[in-house]
Amino acid sequence: MSIRDKAYIVGIYEHPTRMATDKSLMQLHAEVAQGALEDAGLTKNDIDGYFCAAGDTPGLGPISAADYLGLKLRHMDSTDTGGSSYLLQVGHAAEAIALGKCSIALITLAGRPRAEGMATGTAPRAPGVPMPETPFELPYAPATANMYAMAAMRHMHQYGTTSEQLAWVKVAASEHAQHNPHAMLQNVVTVEEVVSSPMIADPLHRLDCCVISDGGGAIIIAKPEIAKSLKRPLVKILGAGEAPKHQMGGKVDLTYSGAVWSGPAAFAEAGVTPADIKYASIYDSFTITVVMQIEDLGFCEKGQGGKFVSDGNLISGVGKLPFNTDGGGLCNNHPSNRGGLTKVLEAVRQLRGEAHPKVQVKNCDLAVAHGTGGSLGTRHAAATVILERG
Amino acid sequence: MARGQTTAQDRKIAAPPVNPETQPFFDATAEGRLLYGKCTACGEPHFYPRRHCPFCFSDKVEWRPTSGNGTIYTYSVMRRAPVPYCIAYVTLAEGPTMMTNIVDCDLDSVRIGQAVKLVFKPSDGGAPVPMFTPA
Repeated sequence: MSIRDKAYIVGIYEHPTRMATDKSLMQLHAEVAQGALEDAGLTKNDIDGYFCAAGDTPGLGPISAADYLGLKLRHMDSTDTGGSSYLLQVGHAAEAIALGKCSIALITLAGRPRAEGMATGTAPRAPGVPMPETPFELPYAPATANMYAMAAMRHMHQYGTTSEQLAWVKVAASEHAQHNPHAMLQNVVTVEEVVSSPMIADPLHRLDCCVISDGGGAIIIAKPEIAKSLKRPLVKILGAGEAPKHQMGGKVDLTYSGAVWSGPAAFAEAGVTPADIKYASIYDSFTITVVMQIEDLGFCEKGQGGKFVSDGNLISGVGKLPFNTDGGGLCNNHPSNRGGLTKVLEAVRQLRGEAHPKVQVKNCDLAVAHGTGGSLGTRHAAATVILERG
Repeated sequence: MARGQTTAQDRKIAAPPVNPETQPFFDATAEGRLLYGKCTACGEPHFYPRRHCPFCFSDKVEWRPTSGNGTIYTYSVMRRAPVPYCIAYVTLAEGPTMMTNIVDCDLDSVRIGQAVKLVFKPSDGGAPVPMFTPA
């Protein structure tokens, strides 16, 4: 049993807001759902499966959201793995559709950390209910930036990766973001500007970090018969993989991510290899996140990610692996501090041929969307989705 | 990376939440000892300590005291904080690697591979917390 060829992405929407002081959280969820329904040419009552992440949807799992949105459902799932949740849910929705548990699934993400004044990356967060690791970590003030920074520091030590190489990831994102009128940061930056921006947590500078933004997005997934009856270009789900990676009882190794497991599973299910991929959406919470995931997905040898991303290799029309052509989390947006859903959106635009003409990849027929939820520095869940045009 | 000298300063340390499983660990820190978990079924040490071995899942896990010696696996100095501080993973002489802070030194001199030794710092209304300083 496989999800290959069993489900299609038929509707997408990205909220244009980056600062939502005037809207409630559930209002944002509703607006992105409405946008994706309009894109698909469907109505709310067509939805019979709903997927959200408990971390950005208020209430017990999907219950309050289903109430607010007025959904009548026969399948629901609120698996929360942080920013990668929505990538997992693309796979889970395809599974549910393949099994006949639902026919048209909606995934929503929304958040307003910017309106709420959240210091997303630099303020340690104490959990409401302690996790088993909390007594052994909270006293040391792990924030988000210093956790990813420790992964970067070790990668530099072990593989010789440099700050300049990491900076190329941001440079490529900024080259793309200049064409996105919704992007928070639309100015093209240089390697020198990245490495001379203020140090946040050694060795990560301010411009190595993604933006903090409000907003959200939605995805609608349908079974093949329905997808083919709609008018939008077809985007087929070919394969998906997911895996947690953690501290392994103290055998800590921060030089690789769960993509070493989720990637091969997704590629095997899809029946394709990294060399076949024309466009990659790679979660870019920080520049180091991209370098490690590119290595772990198999686009280059382990430890060679710094060299791989250098000299514009991620820039559409310039390099071998065009990535995050919407500007990604580094420049465009990072709604609810969760970047997985927007990774799917830009991959769909590329496969439809609807990316901005300046960044559209020619003959883009195969794409990967990949993300990490949680932290590279402690524990996380990786999720990989392979998508095909037609 | 940071240059010059960044002297470690005391900061308010969040108290570790204690539960029945972790009580012995924090009873020990109050006595100046750092414990790790050692499985007597498979022989593997682990951290953070828990009552089931994360390798073989046996519940024959014992508390063992560490020597207090370790080396820095990785670290980062958080600059954007009220007081700069150094978070790190230290690999204990006994094997497991644990999250910690590097304290009582010039934070700009911290390096991967550096030998460190155990110290304890008071937390804000809770048990003392194990940290490390250059050996």
